[in-house]
Amino acid sequence: MAAAKELNPTEYIGHHLTHGTWQFGDSPFWSINFDSVAVAVLLGVLGIGFIWWIVRGATSGVPSKRQAFVELLFTFVDDQAKSIFKHGDRSAFIAPAALTVFVWVLLMNSMDFLPVDIVAKATHGISEHGFRIVPTADVNTTFALALTVFALMIYFSIKVKGLGGWMHELFATPFGKVFFPLNLLFNAIEYLSKPLSHSLRLYGNMYAGELIFLLLWTWAATGAVGIFFSFFLGLSWAIFHILIVALQAYIFMMLTIVYLTMAHEHH
Amino acid sequence: MNLTFSMIAQALVFLAFIAFTIKFVWPPMLRAIETRQKTIADGLAAADQGRKSLEVSAKQADEEINAARARAAEILGQAEKRAAQMIEAAKEAAREESGREKAAAKAEIEQDVSRARETLREQVASLAVAGAEKILRREVNAQSHVELLSQLKKEL
Repeated sequence: MAAAKELNPTEYIGHHLTHGTWQFGDSPFWSINFDSVAVAVLLGVLGIGFIWWIVRGATSGVPSKRQAFVELLFTFVDDQAKSIFKHGDRSAFIAPAALTVFVWVLLMNSMDFLPVDIVAKATHGISEHGFRIVPTADVNTTFALALTVFALMIYFSIKVKGLGGWMHELFATPFGKVFFPLNLLFNAIEYLSKPLSHSLRLYGNMYAGELIFLLLWTWAATGAVGIFFSFFLGLSWAIFHILIVALQAYIFMMLTIVYLTMAHEHH
Repeated sequence: MNLTFSMIAQALVFLAFIAFTIKFVWPPMLRAIETRQKTIADGLAAADQGRKSLEVSAKQADEEINAARARAAEILGQAEKRAAQMIEAAKEAAREESGREKAAAKAEIEQDVSRARETLREQVASLAVAGAEKILRREVNAQSHVELLSQLKKEL
């Protein structure tokens, strides 16, 4: 980026952590981070579309290498769902949802590997003031996922136990009916902590990963020594980050399965 | 990091992806995998079946072979017994034949001997008569002493 030379580190990092936003209302709420949304949609279409494309031509005979890869992914997710969810047909919702989450989050996390400055340069035409390529380093994305899971939790709680059953669970567990305010408080904390930890864990990991890359690249901008060290540190961080990217996607998927399974359980 | 409408947009996208996966991605894959699992299970079952029937027919073949072997041994035993009997019979026949021939030979020899003895006796008798005739020429009338002489001849 030509302008980067004139930026000091604060401005450089700030520039890279600015979303491309599209404001369409008076309140600051009415805006869309079009960079995150666009990249997320693109990756979702690519990832899930790829699987769909393979699956459409799937044979129950000897699978091609592509199909074997997709089946590996499929059975990996299905095994996880099978080991946790024992409340009915997992193929009806939980397992496909887990597959979606895993593929999508993995791809979105992987965007962290793309070199930020090249991406910034390439997207300069789209958004001059910022284009963040990692959707999961946007708290809106992770909250969107976690709150959707949260809403599904409530949906399945009511669907499985009935509204009365769910209410009874909220007010009368774990201490019995007499202590209903305490029970409600307990359950509210439990319910609220789930989407918060679910979303902030992923967000924090990906945001921190992005920030460390940015710090390394500001060092690289200081000269030959900086380039030398930031090359090796950046390389090792990127390699370590492969683990984080996959691990966070896995954790996010597992938590999705666990939370939705808990919604099916009677207390 | 402020929460905006972006979040809602993302949530809608997420729901759309989940719905798509549930409807279009998951079922065909599941079907393909389950069909293959069934095929494999069937194949394994068929292989098991084949192995079992192979065992059964091997056992059957063994039994047949054993039966045939036993029968062959029986036939062989009978044949040997038969041969032994035949040899025994042949020996018996030979023995009888030889006994008979020996008896015939003996009878012939005895006949010869008795004939020879008869001849000898007659000769001795006639010799004796001749000698007695010569001695008694004068005093003995051959006609009158015929009875005596034939008696003597018999005694010899």
